[in-house]
Amino acid sequence: MASLELRKIVKRYKSQTVLDNLSLTVADGETLVLFGPSGAGKTVLLRLVAGVIDPDEGKIFIGGEDMTDVDAEFRGVGMAFQNFALFPHMSAFDNIATPLEAKRSSPGTIKAGVESVAKLLKIAHVLSHKPRALSNGQKQRTALARALVGSPPLLLLDDPLRNVDAKLRFEMRLELPRLLADRGATVVYVTQDYKEAMALGDRIAVMSQGVIRQLGTPEQIYREPANIEIARLFGDPTINLLDVKPARDSRGIYVGLSNVQVHLAGAYDTAVGRDCVIGLRPEALSFVEESTPGAIPVTVEAETPLNEKIVTLVRTVRGREILVSRPAGTPGRSEGKAHIAVDGKSALLFDHASGDRIGSKNVVALRNGEAA
Amino acid sequence: MEHTSLLERILRGVALTLVVIFFMFPIVWIFMMSFQTNETILRIPPQLIFEPTLANYTALITGKLMTAAGTLDIAFMRNLGNSVFLSVTSVAVSLLLGVPAAYAFARHKFRGSEDIAFTLLSFKFAPALLVLLPLTLYFQKLGLANTYIGLIWVYQLICLPLILWIVRGYFEDIPADIEYAYRIGGHSWFATFRKIALPLAGPGIAAAGLLAFIFAWNNFVFALVLASADKQPVTVGALAFITSSGIQYGQISAAIVLSITPTLALALYAQRYLVEGLSLGAVKG
Repeated sequence: MASLELRKIVKRYKSQTVLDNLSLTVADGETLVLFGPSGAGKTVLLRLVAGVIDPDEGKIFIGGEDMTDVDAEFRGVGMAFQNFALFPHMSAFDNIATPLEAKRSSPGTIKAGVESVAKLLKIAHVLSHKPRALSNGQKQRTALARALVGSPPLLLLDDPLRNVDAKLRFEMRLELPRLLADRGATVVYVTQDYKEAMALGDRIAVMSQGVIRQLGTPEQIYREPANIEIARLFGDPTINLLDVKPARDSRGIYVGLSNVQVHLAGAYDTAVGRDCVIGLRPEALSFVEESTPGAIPVTVEAETPLNEKIVTLVRTVRGREILVSRPAGTPGRSEGKAHIAVDGKSALLFDHASGDRIGSKNVVALRNGEAA
Repeated sequence: MEHTSLLERILRGVALTLVVIFFMFPIVWIFMMSFQTNETILRIPPQLIFEPTLANYTALITGKLMTAAGTLDIAFMRNLGNSVFLSVTSVAVSLLLGVPAAYAFARHKFRGSEDIAFTLLSFKFAPALLVLLPLTLYFQKLGLANTYIGLIWVYQLICLPLILWIVRGYFEDIPADIEYAYRIGGHSWFATFRKIALPLAGPGIAAAGLLAFIFAWNNFVFALVLASADKQPVTVGALAFITSSGIQYGQISAAIVLSITPTLALALYAQRYLVEGLSLGAVKG
């Protein structure tokens, strides 16, 4: 088993800084998801850990040992690539067997090892095929099997579900956590899919422009995003963002939405009088009767029934568009005038200028080098 | 193809026939000449029907050239042997040196790597005659003139840049991730080179080797100046057929047929490797 620690990693390509003074610790047996848009530096980070590229500055520790200058073949990690990177001239069996061959295992051990992992990933019937004869799903599983077969204490998975179809991705999203937990390995998992990140990660590190913007449990990232950008990335349908200017009255701090005062629960004292953005998750909004205190009048524009929920686009009297989500089968309005209520406790408040969340209690927006 | 009309097919056939005749005619004519005596070749008008003779081939193989002025000794078979030896050895040395170098240039961008690679390529830009005089003087001083080693060395000017640049392209086409995956699996860089890079660049190496072989085989100027009779390849040796009593067309033709046979056979044999190409499909994209 192995923990992973990155200390003040800097990686530049020519004049461009891809990783900027990045530090990160992954505990033994933990699954950490690196989440972020393309170009955030996730893949570069993974390759640095694997040892196929070298950092310009900083240190990499695997299992407490300084691995910064150790060649890739001696780091003992397993890695699955986004593009699979199978060896085209070898059968699936030989592909999977390569890490075991490197350990000079006996042919019997290799055969047993390959077959057990192939059975686990349901590719035992295609082991004799060359990669080009495999479907994308089988290629992906072969690549995963190759990463798993040597039971490496540290697994690096670079968006392994990126190139497979939606159905398989959904299946694997369910299967993978169990598979990874059974192995007990430390896992660093890269993805651009927030659902995958939420489903797989013990913790999620949100990256952009070579910096970790927020590090926390999936729950924390969703409930207390460090800034508007992260709030937008997590959640489907996306969060509603409205410009507001909080004010104070006898009952506390409130924002005006369509001339209705919505009181916020939370320590937002510093926000009074400033230009802010309020973030309202579509599921934190609900249709209510007109008589309900704090009800906001809206006009229903469109309704989109998804399988498990219904998303409604409504327009406020000021013309701002808002998405409301409710579980399928619950009452709501599909046309005409309606009223919605805002759950003041789940509302998020962001500074308009910086985009940072205001009044954070548990989560601190991470600045360079302060992660972990 | 099923939808093409009869007329289209006929026209296509005619066009193809014309192209084939245009390109194959000299070869066929030479092949026919190699079975004729000088008298029948020089007959006017030329005739397609003649009595074939193997005299030209026997003359070449026995090394006795019958001319009007008497019997001449020619070393054609020895020349052919020299050609084979020089070409094979040169290409082998070039592959041994060029393939690892190509890999280094493709995978490791070190300081000045582009400059070195380009310098090697620029050897092909210079006209051979430009370097021949100084080269000859150097070789005479070094005792390399008229030696196989000296010739093979000079042939590297022909083979090495070719192999280096073709094979480098093939190495660059292998996705780096495939090699990374093998390294991470626990294999050394040398094992990665041997087990991953070499097999995947195989068709490219075969193509470059074949091309280098043909270039080496066809070389004339270097061998003409740097080698004397017993080290000469067929290209230079063919000069012996221009005798004081006339040009021996029959023997020249037979010599040409014999000397293109090895390259032709090699090209036909290597064709399937060349066509096969990189069998990708392991990498999405």
